[in-house]
Amino acid sequence: MRFTKDHEWVVLEGDTATIGITAYAAEQLGDVVFVETPEVGKTFQAGDAFAVVESVKAASDVYAPIAGEVVEANPELTEAPETVNASPESGGWFAKVRVADPAQYEGLMDRDAYEAFLATL
Amino acid sequence: MSMNTVGRPTRPEGAAGPAGFASLTGGRGLLQDEPLIFELGGWDKTGVDLPEPEADASDLAGLVREDLPLPGLSEPEAVRHYVRLSQKNHAIDLALYPLGSCTMKHNPRLNEKAARLAGFADLHPLQPASTIQGALALMDRLAHWLKTLTGMPAVALSPKAGAHGELCGLLCIKAAHEAAGQGHRRKVLVPTSAHGTNPATAAFVGYAVTEIAQTDDGRVDLADLEAKLGPDVAAIMVTNPNTCGLFERDVLEIARLTHAAGAYFYCDGANFNAIVGRVRPGDLGVDAMHINLHKTFSTPHGGGGPGAGPVVLSEALAPFAPAPWVLSAADGFQLLEEPTGDAAQAFGRLCAFHGQMGMFVRAYAYMLSHGSDGLRQVAEDAVLNANYVKARLSDVMSPAFPDGPCMHEALFDDAWLEGTGVTTLDVAKAMIDEGFHPMTMYFPLVVHGAMLIEPTETESKAELDRFCETLRALAAAARQGQAERFKGAPFLAPLRRLDETLAARRPKLAWRPEPATVAPAPSAAE
Repeated sequence: MRFTKDHEWVVLEGDTATIGITAYAAEQLGDVVFVETPEVGKTFQAGDAFAVVESVKAASDVYAPIAGEVVEANPELTEAPETVNASPESGGWFAKVRVADPAQYEGLMDRDAYEAFLATL
Repeated sequence: MSMNTVGRPTRPEGAAGPAGFASLTGGRGLLQDEPLIFELGGWDKTGVDLPEPEADASDLAGLVREDLPLPGLSEPEAVRHYVRLSQKNHAIDLALYPLGSCTMKHNPRLNEKAARLAGFADLHPLQPASTIQGALALMDRLAHWLKTLTGMPAVALSPKAGAHGELCGLLCIKAAHEAAGQGHRRKVLVPTSAHGTNPATAAFVGYAVTEIAQTDDGRVDLADLEAKLGPDVAAIMVTNPNTCGLFERDVLEIARLTHAAGAYFYCDGANFNAIVGRVRPGDLGVDAMHINLHKTFSTPHGGGGPGAGPVVLSEALAPFAPAPWVLSAADGFQLLEEPTGDAAQAFGRLCAFHGQMGMFVRAYAYMLSHGSDGLRQVAEDAVLNANYVKARLSDVMSPAFPDGPCMHEALFDDAWLEGTGVTTLDVAKAMIDEGFHPMTMYFPLVVHGAMLIEPTETESKAELDRFCETLRALAAAARQGQAERFKGAPFLAPLRRLDETLAARRPKLAWRPEPATVAPAPSAAE
């Protein structure tokens, strides 16, 4: 699993990346009440806003940590956005993306680096 | 001497009541529980006696409703319902209302008297102009004052609130770019501390929104602004004073950079109360700015009435202002509805008629009763009051930007709560128990656990002291480990803490009758 400074996570299996927001992000947001997942077929560059997550406190853009085309969005989040709080780094995934350049994955932070980054916040 | 023989006690003996006292009805004295209005009325009663309607040919085909379960209340039932509801709520007429960014100032009753004059209140927007000359004259004078106070050459009066004004301003900017062959500009730059309406408006108009970073002292980061300005940028939207309660001291440079890049400068005028009579936005290089009449010029808002958001425009944007507007001619005032000739570049209309007439009257009454010197004093007192609050609370709370004075609002973060187990939300709820409306919380987003306090010029020093003493006592309680005072708050409100999450996830947006409790509609034959 890799991480961004904007608190997204990615898991790469073959050329498919699963993307979500980190436990830290879910904790900071508070109770998530709405998630807008990206449409299947849409393509994104790394850093593009690709989903929206809304909590009782604020609405936030979620940025694509890696470039690619959306192949699947998590249908559960529409009916049960609380999944993001309950299971941010597994069941609360946002979308699966066919990645354009797997090398981008290696450029992201590993867990140790992300936790070191969190310690600076 | 004559003796009082009616047996009326003159001392409140036994007023405390037995421990654990509960009323027989379950009510709380003068504070009665109140059901929904739909639960009060029903088909079996009606509050008015109307004649049967004449049979009328309907062209609604099969779409005529057979049932309409509206509550049938008598006038006293309806009046009591709303008065009881109002008793459960806070209002600026009850106590200090320090909701930052909202400018909850007193609404002078003189404004109300003027707004109720029949010559203003009983008009119909389709009346001939010759019969509404006084109202048109008032709109013309209001426009004159708004232009004078802002140093801008034009104003569109019709926008009905702040966000509607933002829409008006951005539509003018879009029209101006398109007229100049610059329709390819697709980006609007917005600082991270902006009101949420700014990026929402830009997105609504079809622009892509890019955030501008903020400096450590809470202002627009000029280097970041310069890096993001370019031939694809249509406008920037900057609030001044900004939502951190700070004056953008580089505003002239912001305007210069923006104009050099071919973009327009939209100023969110939500915080105009801090500078009215002191600073003219036109002198700062602003191209468009909405003025929340309901904030700066004291018309009731926040549940008390509608807003009004006239937009002042620079020379460059004035030709694109929406219709209608008031024209002064030798034979009186006219409302220009369909611009032609030189004025034909108007981007269209924002609403069916001319805007919020009742708010125009109240705002104009406020302007006249204060005069230009009085309006300047409004800004000075609003800023002084906020700085007084900041100074009195800075040793027990943590100001987000401790260096230097603030403008009209004092912003604190939640560092002072660290280790107490108490959050910003808990402090806000505890303030309800103390009889104050909470401050704005968790906004602006750039400050952690933000508490934004805007006392306005309304409050006296005595009232500000009472407010500050209360917050100081709450701060002491938090530090002394009395977290339960906060966690369970409000204890004394008609309703305790609501489940915001459930309300957001599973909102009930419409009342539906319980099948068993509503009688069927009487059929037409009965």
